Amino acid sequence: MSMIKKIFQPVSDLWSLVVGLQITGKNFTQSQVTVHYPRQVVDKDVNASYRGPIMLVPHPRNAAKPKCTACMICVPACPSSCITVVKAPVPPITPEQEQAFQEAEARGEEVERPSAPREPIIWINDFSLCSLCGVCVEACPTHCIDFSHDLYSVGTSREAFKHDLLNPFPEALRPEPSQTEEK
Amino acid sequence: MISIPPELIRIVVGMIAVMAFVALNVLILVYAERKGAGHIQRRPGPYEVGPHGVLQPLADAGKLMGKQLLTPKSADPILYWVAPILAFLPVLLLFVPMPFGPILTVQDVNLGLLLILAFAGLNVLATLLAGWSQNNKFGLLGAARAVSQSVAYEIPLLLSVLCIAFQYGSLNLSTLVEAQGSWPWQWNILCQPLAFLIFLVSAFAETNRAPFDLPEAESELTAGFHTEYSGMGFGLFFMAEYANMVVVSGVCTALFLGGWKGPVFDGVWWFLIKVYALLALIIWVRWTYPRVRFDQLLNINWKWLLPLATANLLATVFLMKVF
Repeated sequence: MSMIKKIFQPVSDLWSLVVGLQITGKNFTQSQVTVHYPRQVVDKDVNASYRGPIMLVPHPRNAAKPKCTACMICVPACPSSCITVVKAPVPPITPEQEQAFQEAEARGEEVERPSAPREPIIWINDFSLCSLCGVCVEACPTHCIDFSHDLYSVGTSREAFKHDLLNPFPEALRPEPSQTEEK
Repeated sequence: MISIPPELIRIVVGMIAVMAFVALNVLILVYAERKGAGHIQRRPGPYEVGPHGVLQPLADAGKLMGKQLLTPKSADPILYWVAPILAFLPVLLLFVPMPFGPILTVQDVNLGLLLILAFAGLNVLATLLAGWSQNNKFGLLGAARAVSQSVAYEIPLLLSVLCIAFQYGSLNLSTLVEAQGSWPWQWNILCQPLAFLIFLVSAFAETNRAPFDLPEAESELTAGFHTEYSGMGFGLFFMAEYANMVVVSGVCTALFLGGWKGPVFDGVWWFLIKVYALLALIIWVRWTYPRVRFDQLLNINWKWLLPLATANLLATVFLMKVF
């Protein structure tokens, strides 16, 4: 009995061929899922779960500035060395100010010399090297780096992928023209 | 004045018409194949060239013709270029006895079926030459597979065709179509369903189509027997494959589905409708089933199709003798 069953098993299995055709036939008649990119873009809610190129989180009290404190932990953390951060320098002291400070010190007063603001002036992510591993996001002690939801990172040159992350922040500190020239 | 025999004019005009028909069909089928594949996988398929991508096959043809024809250093240069021509040329001959309509046949051949089966065999030789001459391991493996597959599947194909030939005592395709009625229940598929199924499965294998596309097997052999071919060398194999699909569907239509006969109005339109329905089925099957393994492929043939086809033929002969 089992021998006959074994021989005719393949015949009854032929039904699976019809099932397969049914499945592909059903998919054929259903609507497509493709988004025709240049003419259409995906829905926002689909976008929200996408981990795109990294971005800086805005400061909680002033959204026009980044939350970044330029602690530089992310720079060595990045395995592909694609992050470039430059700290804001100590603001230059004019000779008059310097004289006022010295006079105050001579009088024995506590002088608060201006210190460097804890902000970056340059924050560049070279996206052509970035592999979106997220080590910088985890390494940041102030949680100021996050993945953006930018699906459509397109460019025509290598330079276009050197993302300046300070761009969205109008009040972010910027290097003086003299400083950029030195570089 | 030398008079040109009308037969010759008929054949020349017919061959030109067949060439145009084949070229047009290749374009249509390439488009249908890619669109069908796309829609089955719920994507649009070719979309950018022309409205809904209808000009994509033309663009591809232009690309293939514009490409450089390279011959590998270690290949046999003569056999290497004979193979694609050998694959494509007999295809035109296969359309000669094809009964498109009551009078629309290039040349009514008494042994039309035999002609088609004989010249379809040349395709195997072309595949073997292509794989052998390019001196490439993928090509050789593909050729070895192609030969063992085609030789094996030709037998059940022949046996299933013989059933119909025995039934009507003719090898002329037009006569076989004439013998069937206009309505679906008068077609041969009803009295020979098993032969039809065997013919269909063998036809898939003979045209090297999925799920029996082992000679090409992109994922295992890169491209099998046409690995090294560039430009129109590949293009000719490609055209031959699609033209062979049309031939197989045409023969299947003539033998089992009543040819150009159909409800209400007999004519060439019925033939074309049935051929394109079969081609749609072939494309549908390709994008449904995974490729079979090589031992499975030969097991299906030697353990199932061949005994069944033989039994079917014997039963047909017996019944023909008794009644």
